[in-house]
Amino acid sequence: MVQNKYSKKVDWLTVSIYLIMVIFGWFNIYAANYNPENPIFFDPEKEYAKQLIWIGLSALIIWVLLMTDSKFYVAFSYFLYGLSVFLLFSVIFFGKEINGAKSWFELGPVRFQPVELAKIATALVMSRIMSRHDFSFKKPAKVAKIIGLWALPVLCIFLQNDTGSALVFFVFILPFYREGLTSSILVFGIMAAIVAVLTLVYPNTLIIWLVVVGAFLFLFMKTDKKVTGIGAAVLLGGFTLALTIYSILGQTLRWEIFTVIGMVGVSIYLLVKGFVKNLKPVIPALIFMWSLVAVTFTVDYFVDDMLSDYQRNRVYVLLGFKDDPLGAGYNVNQSKIAIGSGGLTGKGYLEGTQTKFDFVPEQSTDFIFCTVGEEWGYLGTFGVVFLYVFLIFRLIYLAEKQHSPFSRIYGYCVAAIFFYHFTINIGMTIGLAPVIGIPLPFFSYGGSSLWGFTTLLFIFLKLDTDRNELIR
Amino acid sequence: MENLNRRTLVIGLIVLTIGIIFVIKLFILQVYDPSYKYSAESNTRREIISFPARGLVYDRNGKLIVSNQADYDLMVVPRELKPMDSVTFCNSLEISIEELRSLFDDMNGRLRNKKISRIKPSIFYKQLSAKQYGYLQEKLYKFDGFFVQRRTLRKYEYPYAAHILGYIGEVGPQDIERDDYYIRGDYNGINGVESTYEKFLRGEKGFKYVLVDVHGRQKGSFRDGEYDIPAVAGKDIKLTIDIDLQKYGEELMQNKIGSIVAIDPQSGEILTMISSPTYDPSLMVGKKRAGNFSVLSTDSLKPLFNRPIMAWYPPGSTFKTINALIGLQEGVLTPDTKYECYMGYSVGRFHLGCHSHSSPLNLRNSISHSCNAYYCHVFRNIIDNKKYATVQEGFDAWKNYLVKFGFGHRLGTDFSNEIRGFVPNSATYDKIYNKSWSSLTVVSLAIGQGELLTTPVQMANMASTLANKGYYYTPHIIKDIEHDTIPSRFKEIHETGIDTAYYRPVRDGMEMAVWGGPGSTATAARVPGITICGKTGTAQNPHGEDHSVFIAFAPKDDPKIAIAVYVENGGFGARWAAPISSLMVEKYLKGEIDPSRSWLETRMMEGNLIYGTK
Repeated sequence: MVQNKYSKKVDWLTVSIYLIMVIFGWFNIYAANYNPENPIFFDPEKEYAKQLIWIGLSALIIWVLLMTDSKFYVAFSYFLYGLSVFLLFSVIFFGKEINGAKSWFELGPVRFQPVELAKIATALVMSRIMSRHDFSFKKPAKVAKIIGLWALPVLCIFLQNDTGSALVFFVFILPFYREGLTSSILVFGIMAAIVAVLTLVYPNTLIIWLVVVGAFLFLFMKTDKKVTGIGAAVLLGGFTLALTIYSILGQTLRWEIFTVIGMVGVSIYLLVKGFVKNLKPVIPALIFMWSLVAVTFTVDYFVDDMLSDYQRNRVYVLLGFKDDPLGAGYNVNQSKIAIGSGGLTGKGYLEGTQTKFDFVPEQSTDFIFCTVGEEWGYLGTFGVVFLYVFLIFRLIYLAEKQHSPFSRIYGYCVAAIFFYHFTINIGMTIGLAPVIGIPLPFFSYGGSSLWGFTTLLFIFLKLDTDRNELIR
Repeated sequence: MENLNRRTLVIGLIVLTIGIIFVIKLFILQVYDPSYKYSAESNTRREIISFPARGLVYDRNGKLIVSNQADYDLMVVPRELKPMDSVTFCNSLEISIEELRSLFDDMNGRLRNKKISRIKPSIFYKQLSAKQYGYLQEKLYKFDGFFVQRRTLRKYEYPYAAHILGYIGEVGPQDIERDDYYIRGDYNGINGVESTYEKFLRGEKGFKYVLVDVHGRQKGSFRDGEYDIPAVAGKDIKLTIDIDLQKYGEELMQNKIGSIVAIDPQSGEILTMISSPTYDPSLMVGKKRAGNFSVLSTDSLKPLFNRPIMAWYPPGSTFKTINALIGLQEGVLTPDTKYECYMGYSVGRFHLGCHSHSSPLNLRNSISHSCNAYYCHVFRNIIDNKKYATVQEGFDAWKNYLVKFGFGHRLGTDFSNEIRGFVPNSATYDKIYNKSWSSLTVVSLAIGQGELLTTPVQMANMASTLANKGYYYTPHIIKDIEHDTIPSRFKEIHETGIDTAYYRPVRDGMEMAVWGGPGSTATAARVPGITICGKTGTAQNPHGEDHSVFIAFAPKDDPKIAIAVYVENGGFGARWAAPISSLMVEKYLKGEIDPSRSWLETRMMEGNLIYGTK
């Protein structure tokens, strides 16, 4: 009995979490579709009925995945990757446009989003490359290969205008970090995110100066205090001088340009001094500083010139510049009302009014968490957050137990992808993240996403059954 | 390996941090901050207002004066708007594309200024005509976000009594602030009884609570209608006016400026209150109101000005009756006191003229002949009475009588914009003459001129007091309120502090003014078969021809009507005011005008004092 053999090895704790999520998710989809005016117990036309079919089919998928030899996933990773990129590319031309994004294939009654496959395939490919014994983040050729393979699907998804899904791929930074990527990149990633947000809130010059001060403080502590001090003095002195001259001439100083010019001068000075005195941290500090300055300008350009008014509004509302609960912030506001109205214990199953009467948009897909919040209250939302954190921790724990690097890296990829979806989806329903339409794994209605996440998870659980073997 | 473990820890910490942030934020959202719960209630529960029918208004004989008519507002819920066929829309409303565009611009402007909500209904186009409503109703399903709401507008059954009735209009911001019953777009009474009796007339709005989805579609009643409140229709009111008399008076006053106030002296009920020129109250209904209002308000003849309660004039010679009563009460005059008059009253270089009449005259004849000199004597005797140490004291004693007659203060009628008129006191003259003045300085008060200003309703009240021989009820316009009582102040008797006996010679004088022989001033007011008592007056007008004034009551023994008439620029009281008064009295008491007097009626009605022909 092949199945018996696997059933003993499968991590039943993870499977239990998976089952709890899927079942609880289905109950919430049922609630979101429930119409108190016309309380039909079961309507086969409704989403909950279809979701039941998707869940049934998921069992089939799980069975197939567990029956497949682990080595298959390594061997076919490139093929799957190639297929997914091909699909991602074709969907740009042959896809169906939904909510402004051309990311769906429609085959009769079934809709399919190739990005779901791309996530899995990219994770597999990354794991395969990084699991080779000769791989190192210090080898530029290897890094280039990873970046190239990473960038291809991201580019295609951006072209589909599906920003939310494209951003998922940035979360691969976590497994990269685990596998030896220098920590400064992770730190830079986090800082870049913070700077990007601050840029939208405060004037550029202020952000640039904050970055500069940060860079100088870093250099001051890590290197020659005299050189750093002179550099800072020259920058400030020059700036004060320029300010004085300009005010004498009666003109307004163009802060941004002067700051940048001053920074260029001081950077050259620091580079020369650093080279002469062999001060190692100067170069990374300067790179850091300039990259963050670049982020500031890019974000500024992106928001002011690239985004549509509508998208810009959403960003601004999220950041709290605009209090416009009936305009761009409508969805988030309604979502917060729905969750907030749940209180500690919720209104009770099927008793929610906000989600029933369509106040919350996309209530069974992207905003399914609102139904949880409204009907199950804080106990429910706390439980869901806890389940996710627990699942991610469990995956990391399992990944660390793998003998095979391929399985370990893949495990981290899976954890990272769940982490991203969890963060952004719940974050947007409670007003902490921008509203980008991505589903909450196992909860949101939809076959494509349910199967995608199920496959993602159960490939790892299959690999985990062979945790003591070396898969390559 | 050490390093790897540390990295695992960092990743774990990142995950945990996000988890903790979510748990805290959710706690704030769901448990700590209650505001979202209220928002949720107001989100799904929609209050549907049912507007009550406004109370009807009847005249004293039960004739319906003001009723209601249905009216439809086109409402919009901006969030539900979808692209639509604007040509069909314009055709249904019979408006041009430009008008439609400006309607949308208005709506967007109000949205921007947060005057209206994106998800709640607000008025898009006010007061559809029946035709517009008919066309639109058929096509409405094509226009998402629009619906029609029914309201009631006023319907005036008669084109008269505009100033009494007032009108209704949309509430202003102050109204909303003052009374939380109102919300934007509600109507309330403005001026007249519509305003005074607003609280009775308006009824109570009903509220129906329904659950709605995000598109405003009703999903059933909220808690099975447990909290629904049905609308309560406004209370009907009955006014004291006689609409037929009002109509007649307005016809008599056409092409004249002035006012008529007639009171039932036995109850203080205002039988008619006319301000001329006037306007048709229907002009103030619905959509036309704004346009008509601005035309009326810029008219140089001030048709919106409610003269009976807001205009002040000198009382003129009609005031001699009051001075006679005060003199009698103060003991400085008896019915038989005689004074001589040689074309006026002269003291040293002072001279106050009078017309030619026989001399000397007693009290009765002094009234019927309207002798100026007689009242100069009387007035000075009152002020200079030895029992008062100073002229100031004497003057204030005189003034206090006037106050008791209702002069110099608001009578307290139903109209809040009633003015008080003006009665000077000693301080007034101390100020003007730097404390050196005598009874002679102010002697023009003897004949109702000088610093004395009264409103027509105060004058009618004076006539009423004379009719009652010494007391009056506050003139009022409200007779009955359905299932309620009228204000108790209208039932109180106001005494004048003058013995009833003293009224006799004065009333005799007033009767003689109408019915007496040669020299009687008010013979123009004779009505066959009615013992009408009256007194003419001529109010000096520094801006042009004097105003014609007349007060009267009838019948003498059991007065049913007391009246005051002012005709601006009408000259002597006998010329316009006296005949008009007599016609009003005759109409009220007999119901029709004696054929022998129809020539007078015609002359009064056709008389035009506005466009030059007198």
